[in-house]
Amino acid sequence: MPQVADEPRIRLTGITRTFEVGGTEVRALVNVDEEIRSGEHVAIMGPSGSGKSTLLNVLGCLDKPTSGSYFLDGREVGSLESAELTQVRRHKIGFVFQFFHLIPRLSAVENVELPMLFAGVPKKERRERASTALAAVGLADRVTHLPEQLSGGERQRTALARATILEPSILLADEPTGNLDSSSGRVVLDILDRLNDEGLTLLVVTHDPKVAHRADRVIVLVDGKVVKRVPGDRVVEVMALLAEEEPEALEPGEPGEPGEGTKTGE
Amino acid sequence: MAAKLSPGDLLRFSTTSLRGHGLRTGLSLLGVVIGVMAVVILTALGDGARTYVVDQFASLGTNLLIVLPGKTETSGSMGMGGVPNDLTLEDAQTVERSILEVSRVAPVVMGTEELAYGERRRQLAVVGTTRKYAEARDLKIARGDFLPAGDMFRGSSVVVLGAQAAREIFDEADPVGEIVRVGGWRMRVIGVMATQGTKLGINFDDIAIIPITTGMQMLNRTSLFRMVIQVQAYADIDSAKDKVIALIEERHEEEDFTVLTQDSMMSTFASILDTLTLVVAAIAAISLTVAGIGIMNVMLVSVSERTREIGLLKAVGASSGQILTAFLTEAVFISASGGLLGLALGWTAVKILVVFFPALPASPPTWAVTAALGLSIAVGGIFGLLPARRATQLDPVAALGQR
Ligand SMILES: Nc1ncnc2c1ncn2[C@@H]1O[C@H](COP(=O)(O)OP(=O)(O)OP(=O)(O)O)[C@@H](O)[C@H]1O
Ligand SMILES: [Mg+2]
Repeated sequence: MPQVADEPRIRLTGITRTFEVGGTEVRALVNVDEEIRSGEHVAIMGPSGSGKSTLLNVLGCLDKPTSGSYFLDGREVGSLESAELTQVRRHKIGFVFQFFHLIPRLSAVENVELPMLFAGVPKKERRERASTALAAVGLADRVTHLPEQLSGGERQRTALARATILEPSILLADEPTGNLDSSSGRVVLDILDRLNDEGLTLLVVTHDPKVAHRADRVIVLVDGKVVKRVPGDRVVEVMALLAEEEPEALEPGEPGEPGEGTKTGE
Repeated sequence: MAAKLSPGDLLRFSTTSLRGHGLRTGLSLLGVVIGVMAVVILTALGDGARTYVVDQFASLGTNLLIVLPGKTETSGSMGMGGVPNDLTLEDAQTVERSILEVSRVAPVVMGTEELAYGERRRQLAVVGTTRKYAEARDLKIARGDFLPAGDMFRGSSVVVLGAQAAREIFDEADPVGEIVRVGGWRMRVIGVMATQGTKLGINFDDIAIIPITTGMQMLNRTSLFRMVIQVQAYADIDSAKDKVIALIEERHEEEDFTVLTQDSMMSTFASILDTLTLVVAAIAAISLTVAGIGIMNVMLVSVSERTREIGLLKAVGASSGQILTAFLTEAVFISASGGLLGLALGWTAVKILVVFFPALPASPPTWAVTAALGLSIAVGGIFGLLPARRATQLDPVAALGQR
């Protein structure tokens, strides 16, 4: 894709996203300005409801901001037609979710093939590439397994293989380890790091300081506003800030979030 | 970069969603199966009946006019009140002699009498007529000869037997020359007909044919049962009919008889069959509409069950058009499978029917098969459209938010 020399991969100016709920306005994002360089690894943190997922959805072209501009590789996304948006979603962006979102009736390899299916890649090539991608995330012997036959970590690695199969330039991960135990989570994070080392721009929404620690930079959202930007190795400062904002969220042993906040891995 | 989802891939992907939903899919199929089956079977029967009737009329012989005493309601005009004049042998003779287009006239009386030979006896249809009847109706003789030619007013004690009647009474022996009793009258067998089969309700194999005058006396008739008139050429049928009507009307001083042509009889049957076709169309329309609603329902359930999946497909780069096509393909796949299944079942049913009723040459006409399959596909497309559109209109963020 053509790219102007020092144009950031992502540039947000004044991004605001409001929802109408029962006559009142919920402001999920308020006037967000942000630049993300190509190949950067960014963690997005913030209390529950602070707008992290909303930001990711806007970045992934699944949602449109109420106002503001989003430049992706120098092109304003708001001006793109729906066919172009489909192309952007297909070829520039990969998505990974907390709940994996694998299609339950399709095998691992069929799930990984999906993006290629809609991109019109021929069947034989699809199968080859998807198998290779599964092998690359350590699932060579799980190719024909159904999602229900895979562990959480294996499901997320399958989802990762699917998200990156068309070689996007940006990977958006919304709490990718949120549903995993710490060792499965670590495997997934190592794969993300490796992809980032290979040049993939990586944005990870997380509550987990261990996850954020790996990032080049941490962005902190509170009530839809960016309130802090620090390098990844200074995530402790973020935790202190969040402890003031939302003390209960950082209690050890949150349901469904094993290992979050307390144990210090590695 | 126009990405094309190949039809094969599309079909494979669309049908994976039917995995594990066999019963549900099967039930929604059922309406289409029944609809198409009904169309195939009923049109096959209708077509069979049509062919059968046409064959029957063709076997009557060609270029025929038939005169019946009395006025049938179909042609209207005259009231019920008047007692019709007899249709007489003189009428028949006058028609034959004075109308140029007429090549031959066979007067006919009919009744049921006992045929007896020694100890053997048999009730059968007795037809009184002339030699010309065999020519007009194209009856074949196996042994001996048909009734002698000559004056229709002269009776004689001779009889021609149908093939089956001869076999029942005489077994393998040659009946020609033997004396039998017909309705108590002594008569000499002069001929046996070849096997003819049933033509328009008359079984020509179980019959005794005697001269017309003898027949009228034996059966105690003053009026002919009918008069079969053969016309020289098909093109003359209408003018011959008009002349026959004018002539007999002049003799009777009123139109107290009915003249049928093969065409008029055929068109009566044709209109019955057209009604059948309408009924078939109505059944097809109703059952396919019901089937369509069933498919729509199943597809709506499928869309709402797969909300997250649809969100994911969008995130993964499926266009709205592709999602629409995928869901439409699924609906059309369901309805088309139902159509094919219905066709197969209907076809089998027709084949079985033909085994039991070989006389009916039933086979579904091509137009009906094509229309039924086309309609079943259209049903999937039309009733799948609403659910498919609903799928494309889902907000991916909300869809993915569902856990
Ligand atoms: N479709 C929607 N309609 C109405 N309000 C919404 C919608 N989506 C998000 N919101 C609101 O916007 C705010 C931000 O939501 P968002 O999901 O981005 O938060 P989050 O930071 O991802 O939270 P969490 O950590 O719990 O996932 C919340 O107040 C949420 O209730
Ligand atoms: Mg969220």
